[in-house]
Amino acid sequence: MLDVLARLGRIGIGILGHIGRGHLLLLSILGGIPLLARRPRLLIAQIYAVGVLSMLIIAVSGTFVGMVLGLQGYYILSQFGAEQTLGVMVAASLVRELGPVVAALLFAGRAGSALTAEIGLMGATEQLSGLEMMAVNPIKRILAPRFLAGVISMPLLAAVFSALGVMGGYFVGVGLLGVDDGAFWSQMQTKIDLHEDVYNGVIKSLVFGFVCTWIALFQGYYATPTSEGVSRATTRTVVHSSLAVLGLDFILTALMFGD
Amino acid sequence: MTSVSKPLVKVRDLYFSRGDKAIFEGVDLDIYRGWITAIMGPSGTGKTTLLKLIGGQLRPDSGTIEVDGVDVHRLGSGDLYRLRKRMGMLFQSGALLTDISVFDNVAYPLREHTGLPETMIRKLVLLKLEAVGLRGARDLMPGELSGGMARRVALARAMALDPMMIMYDEPFTGQDPISLGVLVKLISSLNDASRLTSIIVSHDVEETAQIADYIYVISRGKVVDQGMPDQMMNSDAPWTRQFMKGLPDGPAAFHYPAPELEKDLMGRS
Repeated sequence: MLDVLARLGRIGIGILGHIGRGHLLLLSILGGIPLLARRPRLLIAQIYAVGVLSMLIIAVSGTFVGMVLGLQGYYILSQFGAEQTLGVMVAASLVRELGPVVAALLFAGRAGSALTAEIGLMGATEQLSGLEMMAVNPIKRILAPRFLAGVISMPLLAAVFSALGVMGGYFVGVGLLGVDDGAFWSQMQTKIDLHEDVYNGVIKSLVFGFVCTWIALFQGYYATPTSEGVSRATTRTVVHSSLAVLGLDFILTALMFGD
Repeated sequence: MTSVSKPLVKVRDLYFSRGDKAIFEGVDLDIYRGWITAIMGPSGTGKTTLLKLIGGQLRPDSGTIEVDGVDVHRLGSGDLYRLRKRMGMLFQSGALLTDISVFDNVAYPLREHTGLPETMIRKLVLLKLEAVGLRGARDLMPGELSGGMARRVALARAMALDPMMIMYDEPFTGQDPISLGVLVKLISSLNDASRLTSIIVSHDVEETAQIADYIYVISRGKVVDQGMPDQMMNSDAPWTRQFMKGLPDGPAAFHYPAPELEKDLMGRS
C-alpha cells in the first residue's frame, strides 16, 4: 500500500516538475521575443520553415475536407430541401471548427514533429551546448524565433485551410451537384458573422499554434540526447499536441459558443 | 610552457552527482596560465562533466570553481555569458551548426558578439581558418567534413573571439594518425602562439603526454595523482601506472562488480 502511494507520489512530483520546467522554458522563450525585433531575419527564416513548408499539406487537406463537407452536406440538406444553405454549412464548419482544429493537427504532425526532431538532434549533437559556450543563449537564439513563427503561422495556415475548403465545397456543391451559385455565396455572406465565427476561429488557431509550438519546443529541448530519446520526443509531440488541440477545442467552443 | 603564475582556474572541494551516482567527491585542482593542463582518466569518470562545470553549464552540489578570480557559479546569466566569451570550448563532436557552412560557423561568434562590419569578419574568419589549415574548405557544409576537419573548424570557431583559455573535450578520440598528428601540433602551437591556457580532457595517454605541461589523473570522483608528464609516465602509484601504461587489470578492475560467477551461473535467470 505504502509502495503504491510512494509510486503515485513520485509520478505526481514528476508531472509537476515537467509542468514547471515547461512553464519556465516558456517564460525564457517569451523573454527572447523582443530581441527578434532587432533581427527579423531569424523570424522570417522560421516562418518559411514552419509555415510556408506546411502550406502544401494544409492546402491539399483543406480542399479535400471541403469537398467531403460539400458532398455530405448536400445529401443531408437536400433531404430537407435546404441544399441552398450548403455554403453556410461548409463555411461555418470550416471557419469555426475544422479549419483551426484539422490545420492544428496537421501542423503538429508536419511542423511540430520537425521542430522537436531538429531541437532534439541539436541537443544530441551538442550544438545547443556549443552555443551556450559561445555565450549565445540557445533559448533566445534558436527557440524564440521558432516559437513566434509557429504562433504567427498557425492562424494563417488555418485561414488557407478554410478558404480552400470553401472552394472545395463550392466545386462539389455548385459545380457537380447543381446547388445555385448565388445562393451558395449569398447565404454564406448573410449567415457567417465576422465576430462570432471568423474571429473566434482565429482565436482558436492562435491558441492551438501557441500550444503546439510550445509542446514541440519543450519536447525537443528536453529530449534525451540519443536517437531513441529524440524519436520518443517526436512521438510525444504529435500525441500531446493532438490531445491538447482536441481538449482545448472543446473548452474554447464551450466558452465562445455556449450560452 | 611558461613559468608558474597564478592559476587561471581554481577548483576547490568540488562535489557533483547525477541522481544517486556521485561523479566528484572533493576534487581540488589548479589550471595555470599559459600551460596546457591535461585531465585524464578512464571513460565515465566525469571529465566532460568537469569542463561543463568550469564553463558554468552545470552547477556543483558544493565546492567552488573560480575562473580568472571569479566564482563561476555565483555569476548572474549576463556575467556568465560575458565570461564565456573569453572561454572557448572544443566539443568532442565539434558541435558545428549543421545548417550553415564552415565559414558561417567560424563567423558565428563574431557576428553574434562583435558588431564588426562583414568585410572585417571575412578577414578574421579566413585568418582563423588559415591557422587550422582549412581556408580552402570555407564553403563546405559540416556534413561534408571528416571528423578531424570538423574538429579543426570547431577549433577555429573556438578561437574566433581570441579567448583567454580553451577547453578541449577528448580532442584525439577516433582520429586517424594524420589527423591526430595535426590536432596535437595545432593545440600545442596555438597555445604558445596565442598565449592561451588550455585544458585537455582526454584518455589518450601518448598524445596528451606529448603536449601537456601538467597532468591530473582522476578516478572515482577524486584526483588520484598529478604531476609533470615525465613524472606521471614513471609513476609507481598503482592507479597511475595502470592508466598510463594501459594495463588491463589493477586498481581499476577488469570486471564490472558482480556476484561470484559460480553463484551467478547456478542461480535462476
